[in-house]
Amino acid sequence: MLEIALDARRGSFHLHVECRFTSDWTVIFGPSGAGKSTLLRFLAGLDLSAPSRPQQARIALDGHLLTDTSSGLSLKPGHRQTSMVAQQSALFPHLSVAANVAYGLHDVDRSSRQSRVAEMLDLVDAASLIDRRPRDLSGGEAQRVALARALAPKPRLLLLDEPLSALDGAASDALLVRLQSWATEHRAQTVLATHDATDALATGAEVALLHEGRLTAIGPAAEVLANERTRLAQRLSLEPN
Amino acid sequence: MDWQALALTLKLATVTTVILLAVSVPLAAILVLGRSRWLAAVEALAALPLVLPPTVLGFFLLVLLGPRTSFGRAITSLLVAGFSAVEPALVDAARLLGASRVRLVRTILVPLASRSLIAAAVLSFLHTMGEFGVVLMLGGDIPGATRTLSIVLYNQVENFDYAAANRTAAILLALSAFALAAIYLSGRPRGGRRA
Repeated sequence: MLEIALDARRGSFHLHVECRFTSDWTVIFGPSGAGKSTLLRFLAGLDLSAPSRPQQARIALDGHLLTDTSSGLSLKPGHRQTSMVAQQSALFPHLSVAANVAYGLHDVDRSSRQSRVAEMLDLVDAASLIDRRPRDLSGGEAQRVALARALAPKPRLLLLDEPLSALDGAASDALLVRLQSWATEHRAQTVLATHDATDALATGAEVALLHEGRLTAIGPAAEVLANERTRLAQRLSLEPN
Repeated sequence: MDWQALALTLKLATVTTVILLAVSVPLAAILVLGRSRWLAAVEALAALPLVLPPTVLGFFLLVLLGPRTSFGRAITSLLVAGFSAVEPALVDAARLLGASRVRLVRTILVPLASRSLIAAAVLSFLHTMGEFGVVLMLGGDIPGATRTLSIVLYNQVENFDYAAANRTAAILLALSAFALAAIYLSGRPRGGRRA
């Protein structure tokens, strides 16, 4: 369970979120500029220092505090067992795909590291890319590798910020299903931020609606996204065959 | 040709460059990765040698008996610029994957800012090769100990030995041209990039 109490101001933007994500897979749905990425960065432990520090933040995962500004506690990004993948794949350009995926496995012995790298690349259907350099990858391939890199350390909290935007619909859906089953198997609580209703509906998970920095609804996808679903259905029925 | 002076100059330039990089790389990394408000003051202090005349620096160093960091001048600023140019998303990714600051600098910042690092090394080497005021003020003109090529050149001109001065100047010029060519060659693009 992920507990969040967050109050942060950046210029005229005010992010105020108080909630509990009880499901293993939560989708934060909202338009661009709603504060999804800001929220995910705080959860990851980024932007918690001055000058971007939130006024108040309390984040706990399964009862363990990750951040608590009232007591001055803030675990560093690498000490939260948290991985994040953003829209921008941010692969290290000077390292091979294998070295990128292995980067977070610094403390793992070499043979386990190699097998984990192969396993993760296999999971995201990118085993054939293992020796490539990031500059030789397409956008979709880079996102797959970024996912493999984030999963490799087996995080307890997985934050995904529109991580499949460069993949086409079918590939994205297939990968989401694999990711969801991996996250369930490895007990990794996942928070997926998206402005794409089809992504949000695809996993049938708990959905939180974020609008202008405020959570306006939280619950099962079919209920929370009822309006979006109708809108999508109408759009599809209007499209010519 | 004063081979002793040439060897001494190369030795001085090498040692200075190594010391300078050993100090400047961590300092630049702290300035780029740190978030304390005191860092602005540290940065200003690091940039101070940029605006001070060499004789003033030489005098201060002479008084303080400090290390010969005055050769650094723009080196820390150059490294700060190089490290700052590394995409913040890459730094965030490395931190999220558990990289310590040292590992982050060693495996991400230094390789990705290698051009700035090479430029910093070459410029500090060249600057030391051509340094005159500080070396003379700090060490004087002792053959084999403090007499560098610049001081030899100065002495040759003072003695109206223009033929020897020409040769000394030609060596300094050739070394500088070679080093600058190395900087520009290191910056040439190596192949295209696909989306």
